[in-house]
Amino acid sequence: MSLAAPVLRIGLSRDDLLMRAGVTLLALVLLLILGLPLWALLSKGFEDSDGHFVGVANYVAYFSTPALFSSALNSFEVAAVSTAIVIPLAFLYAYALTRTVLPFKWLFQGISLIPIFAPSLLPGLSLVYLFGTQGFFKALIGGSIYGFKGIVIAQVFYCFPHAVLILTTALATADARLYEAAEVLGASRRRVFFTVTLPGAKYGLISAAMVVFTLVITDFGIAKVIGGNFNVLATDVYKQVIGQQNFSMGAVIGMVLLAPAALAFAIDRLVQRKQVALLTARAVPLVPKPKPGRDAFYTLFCVVVSLGILGILGTAVWGSLIKYWPYNLSLTWANYDFATFDANGWDSYYNSLRMAAGAAVAGTALMFVGAWLNEKTGGFGAVRGLVQLLTFLPMAVPGLVLGLGYIFFFNAPWNPLNFLYATMAILIVNTVAHFYTVGHLTATTALKQIDPEFESVSASLKVSVWRTFLRVTAPICLPTILDIAIYLFVNAMTTVSSVIFLYAPDTKLASVAALNIEEAGTTAAAAALCVVIVVTSASVKALHLVADRFLLGRLQAWRRR
Amino acid sequence: MTSYLEVRSLSKRFGDFTALDDISLDIVEGEFVCFLGPSGCGKTTLLRAIAGLDPQTSGTIRQKGRDVSALPPAQRDFGIVFQSYALFPNLKVTDNVGYGLVSRRQSRAEITRRVDELLTLVGLPDAGPKYPAQLSGGQQQRVALARALATSPSLLLLDEPLSALDARVRLRLRHEIKALQRRLGVTTIMVTHDQEEALTMADRIVVMNQGAIEQVGSPQEIYRRPTTAFVADFVGSMNFLAGRLAAPDRVEIGGLGFTCPAQDGLAAGTSVRLCIRPEDVRVRDLPADAVNRVVVEVAELDFVGAFCRATLRLGSGGDVALVADFSSNLIRDLGVTPGSRLDVALPPDRLRVFAA
Repeated sequence: MSLAAPVLRIGLSRDDLLMRAGVTLLALVLLLILGLPLWALLSKGFEDSDGHFVGVANYVAYFSTPALFSSALNSFEVAAVSTAIVIPLAFLYAYALTRTVLPFKWLFQGISLIPIFAPSLLPGLSLVYLFGTQGFFKALIGGSIYGFKGIVIAQVFYCFPHAVLILTTALATADARLYEAAEVLGASRRRVFFTVTLPGAKYGLISAAMVVFTLVITDFGIAKVIGGNFNVLATDVYKQVIGQQNFSMGAVIGMVLLAPAALAFAIDRLVQRKQVALLTARAVPLVPKPKPGRDAFYTLFCVVVSLGILGILGTAVWGSLIKYWPYNLSLTWANYDFATFDANGWDSYYNSLRMAAGAAVAGTALMFVGAWLNEKTGGFGAVRGLVQLLTFLPMAVPGLVLGLGYIFFFNAPWNPLNFLYATMAILIVNTVAHFYTVGHLTATTALKQIDPEFESVSASLKVSVWRTFLRVTAPICLPTILDIAIYLFVNAMTTVSSVIFLYAPDTKLASVAALNIEEAGTTAAAAALCVVIVVTSASVKALHLVADRFLLGRLQAWRRR
Repeated sequence: MTSYLEVRSLSKRFGDFTALDDISLDIVEGEFVCFLGPSGCGKTTLLRAIAGLDPQTSGTIRQKGRDVSALPPAQRDFGIVFQSYALFPNLKVTDNVGYGLVSRRQSRAEITRRVDELLTLVGLPDAGPKYPAQLSGGQQQRVALARALATSPSLLLLDEPLSALDARVRLRLRHEIKALQRRLGVTTIMVTHDQEEALTMADRIVVMNQGAIEQVGSPQEIYRRPTTAFVADFVGSMNFLAGRLAAPDRVEIGGLGFTCPAQDGLAAGTSVRLCIRPEDVRVRDLPADAVNRVVVEVAELDFVGAFCRATLRLGSGGDVALVADFSSNLIRDLGVTPGSRLDVALPPDRLRVFAA
């Protein structure tokens, strides 16, 4: 009889309706800044230069032109080799940070993060200084640094912090009781490593490998600076679009570039889903005990790696201060007078600051409110699912591909939004879209940690969800909100790939200007601009840490017991 | 008595799983009702359906005669306390308690007065300027209670409010909550899996199992006269002795016959289980012609503190085990030791019979 009873349709409160409207709006915004540009790119690949549909002709042309197809193999090779080098290095480094007693652990931790604050072309420039045609250690390298070797070395530097971060998290979540149990059972250190440590970090390792692989295959700056005649997919897209104005072929290569990135992303997601089931809330955290021999080995290892990172950064700094490498090594600030090298002078730097600040503010607001809406709206599964899908899209889509999609979509004459093209606004929108996934996930994770009954309590007290959002949820998540803002700022400062297609002469960004200057042959000024970017983003991060400690400490007095 | 809350044919399904199966229930104004059952029995689901937080699939709920079945929670009249308390960690106790008052356009002075009143009511007059993290679990629980009562709801919902607390605090709060509820006369529904909590606090208990109501009754009824084997087993300790119904008022177990309350619903010859609580097994002052008198052998004696739990063997081959609770006095006076023989009686009015 209960089967025959009519299914109840629950009424919606004003809050429910507004939240659903919000989620719908969010879905539309994400479609606009992610879905449609990618769709535009996809369809462009099936058109000729006049916009006529030609089916898969472009793809056939791509795969039957060895000069083009070989780049795909090159990309794959570079990514595979770089990953194979970065992962063991990062694993040992992360192991040292989490499982041994290191002096100055915070310092080593900090140094390992430095590359995050640099545009990817910085290690390329440093390698040119060190091993280029006029490099100091040219003889050491055996052959030219331009090409495969150079790209791999620079990529190792560039990807290192990302792998260290993931592996540190993976290794930090160990359960001390597993180790105690293994010890009590008399397992050898080797056996403990292979039966406890490695399986525990397995998912972290796979995840790190996928992230590094994707970073390498989609990076543009390094290959551009030090690739020489060694073509990879990312530089091919650039050449086709900027050099030959062959948009259709650019779109095809973009799609080819999308495939491995999307695959790596899919594997990573699959693995992370399993990881959740592995963690237990009752684990006892592992606190490493001193062990002189082991600690000495890992300290030495960390010192060597840190010196490598500092060496590459230092070379760029030094190179930027040198009059004329390698003939006149006297110091000068002349390379920082950017007006001499680029029509925009320092303006490109100010553009970067404005863009990064804009992306940080607008992006954080959109990501946090969006994550909250999607998390707290009841029912409405289809639209929320769409939002979920769209928020994951940027992680799988290389910046270069997204940037290309933006050209096709926002520059189309039929698009009422094409007034945005070549403005600062589109750079901000593009950057927010490009880095959407991490911000959204960070916000979602923070929101999931909050008591899910806050909204229920508010409803029972007849207080609107918005009020609870402003008075409770957002204040509680303030540290997370700052994290997202800083993440966006730093990435907006250093990104090259996505925005390279979208700037206008008066909105050129520092990272792009550095690339242009390097292209024109002035390595020192390009290095100088990179140094300015590193100093800026690292200072902002340092400021964030200070704020986190002091300012937030005061604002968040309620956290203290 | 007219009912304050009327639940009719309430069902909730998640795909193939039925969380609530055709629940009907009436709650009287001012009553303290406990939903009792093992985890997963649907008690919290029923509470959340009444609140509108997780609406039912079908069925109706009427509150004070008003059909609230399809209303969102904000349009229903209730206050709620969760197991986690869900106190806003970044707001002081005062602001937590006054949270629902601020949006009611009351003056600041009025709100302050009401908050003070509530904090005094729950016994925390000085906690106002503190943050929740600075309070103990029991104090947080009371603040949550004060917040739920602030808007003077006519229905108070408590979702396992005591289960996150340690045993001592839990005992004290049981009495405080019950006393508070009596004083305010607010109709209250509490979800719990703790039978002792339900027995001591509730005016009426709703025992639930697998999405359905097993029995509704006063604590004494539930304990003394369980109507289903599930309730008999779930609430308190119970002996289940397998036997056969020889006559409507006679059960045979291991060659012994026991007189029991007349069973109308069961045919003679049916396999049944005869139930008696361990404390109902009588030993002292047995008249010579006591009904259901048997000789038993004490197989084991487990010291439990205030009393001893004895495992007794009866029947022809001693193959029927019966658990009985004996006071320390009784054990001393009668010199009960493992291996000794005793005369005991199973009072017929304390026996329950269920089909096996």
